[in-house]
Amino acid sequence: MSIEIKNLCHYYGKGSAFEKKALDDISFTIEKGSFVGLIGHTGSGKSTLVQHLNALIKPQSGNIIIDGEDINADKSRLKAIRTKVGLVFQYPEHQLFDMTVYKDVAFGPRNSGLSDDEIDRRVKQSLEMVGIAPELHEKSPFELSGGQKRRVAIAGVLAMRPEILVLDEPAAGLDPRGRDEILGQVKKMHETLGITVILVSHSMEDIARLVNRILVINSGKIVLTGTPAEIFSKFDELEAIGLSSTQTAYIMRDLRNKGFDLPPDIFTVDEAVEGILGAMGSPAGTDAR
Amino acid sequence: MEIVVKTDEIVFKYTSQPSTDGEGENNETPPKLALDGVSIAIAKGEFVAVLGHNGSGKSTLAKHINGLLLPEQGAVWVKGISTADEEKMWEIRQSVGMVFQNPDNQIIATIVEEDVAFGPENLGIPPTEIRQRVDEALEAVGMTKYAGNPPHHLSGGQKQRVAIAGILAMRPDIIVMDESTAMLDPIGRREVLTVAKRLNDEGITIILITHYMDEAAQADRIMVMNGGKVVMEGIPSEIFTQIGRLKEIGLDVPQAVEIAHKLRLGGLNLPEGIVTGKQLVEALMNVHRN
Repeated sequence: MSIEIKNLCHYYGKGSAFEKKALDDISFTIEKGSFVGLIGHTGSGKSTLVQHLNALIKPQSGNIIIDGEDINADKSRLKAIRTKVGLVFQYPEHQLFDMTVYKDVAFGPRNSGLSDDEIDRRVKQSLEMVGIAPELHEKSPFELSGGQKRRVAIAGVLAMRPEILVLDEPAAGLDPRGRDEILGQVKKMHETLGITVILVSHSMEDIARLVNRILVINSGKIVLTGTPAEIFSKFDELEAIGLSSTQTAYIMRDLRNKGFDLPPDIFTVDEAVEGILGAMGSPAGTDAR
Repeated sequence: MEIVVKTDEIVFKYTSQPSTDGEGENNETPPKLALDGVSIAIAKGEFVAVLGHNGSGKSTLAKHINGLLLPEQGAVWVKGISTADEEKMWEIRQSVGMVFQNPDNQIIATIVEEDVAFGPENLGIPPTEIRQRVDEALEAVGMTKYAGNPPHHLSGGQKQRVAIAGILAMRPDIIVMDESTAMLDPIGRREVLTVAKRLNDEGITIILITHYMDEAAQADRIMVMNGGKVVMEGIPSEIFTQIGRLKEIGLDVPQAVEIAHKLRLGGLNLPEGIVTGKQLVEALMNVHRN
């Protein structure tokens, strides 16, 4: 197993009059190589939770165990843990700083004391992985488009060769093409490198077509877990905690209510097209008359 | 039909690198034209959505509408007043309220109602009227019960509604929402859009800049920007039927449009112009009946 969270609690303003429980006895396990979506409304505790995963925040109680190791047990292991778990923050392009794209991505590996050859190999591979062409390597990162900047920032995390990649709303504020580019690259990395990915997103559509498991967080608790099919069929429960199902799921629900014979587990465009064509062509579909 | 916003062949370019705030008109190598001859006219009471990829000129256009930016060539008129008329600047800023992307950057006071009162106080409005305006504005966005709360405990959608209330207290004719739903969760988006539509029903002109195609589908009219120009303009069904062209310039279509398109390719005889899920469901029922 890859990541195990046991009874994790976190309070803001602990002991003060404004004490707020941000994480409330959270326990879950994420298998190695899985692609997990973490959803919850603003302020539900998502970002607080993911910052625990590479020990940016220490648990006030509870444990985080990665590959059998309690990541907060031994301070001298922190650097190794943070190499293993790459965390891409919201708006990561705000963290770009160096003169060139190449130097920016090389920053982490250089600080790890790697040889120049190894640094070069990692920088080039990481930039290729996020789809940044070699002719952009010597440009200033600030000359790039919003989507490109963000991919450079992600390459900086990839250059550390993480085994677990945590992305906190990587597509926020990007236009549809920029969003598809980033998420397409993340999916490719998951498939080709076998990296465990944890994706935090407000887009139910993106979550539905990418992940194989979903964790739903509300008021600091994990309230639902399951496959996209299991989670996105719970319309009322999702809406009650400030979320929703996918646009397609609502269309399918309306069609079923009108008597169309459609399977209950359709959440993406392609599934919908297949399902509707099947229903319209089949004898069951014509019953809807 | 009264035209409340009009631009005539406006041209603008950024001279220096603007801040990298993720809202980006700053994405191309300068000095490229951010606006390259944009002429638009928006009627009183319209709900217009503006689409375009990052760096297409949307936000730059929005900032021209209340005179935050002035065009290098051409002119912008708000209710017949040129934004270049410095003496009328306050009048224009009062007529055109702007709501930005990040709710945390727009709230300044420590109590919700004080934040909403900030604008009218600066206009020198008498306290009793401020009280009335603040109450009405909070009521309009459904935030009355949070009037005495500190804003930092609110959700993103609630904060944006407070920001909108602050603008309403200025009694604007036009509200420009520059990706105001981009950072919100699904319910926050829904809250803000519902408020925008209700205000529109009451006669306020809404200009909604967004990356969410399902939001744009609910507008009266859509403008699509690319390379600093308005390249497409029309009602949602006219725009979203041009799937190929939209994808070419880095945009997308609502899922209902995509499903309808693929069903047509799959041999179903669906009418053109399906934009919302409701329309798709109705069209499929008709196909069934026939």
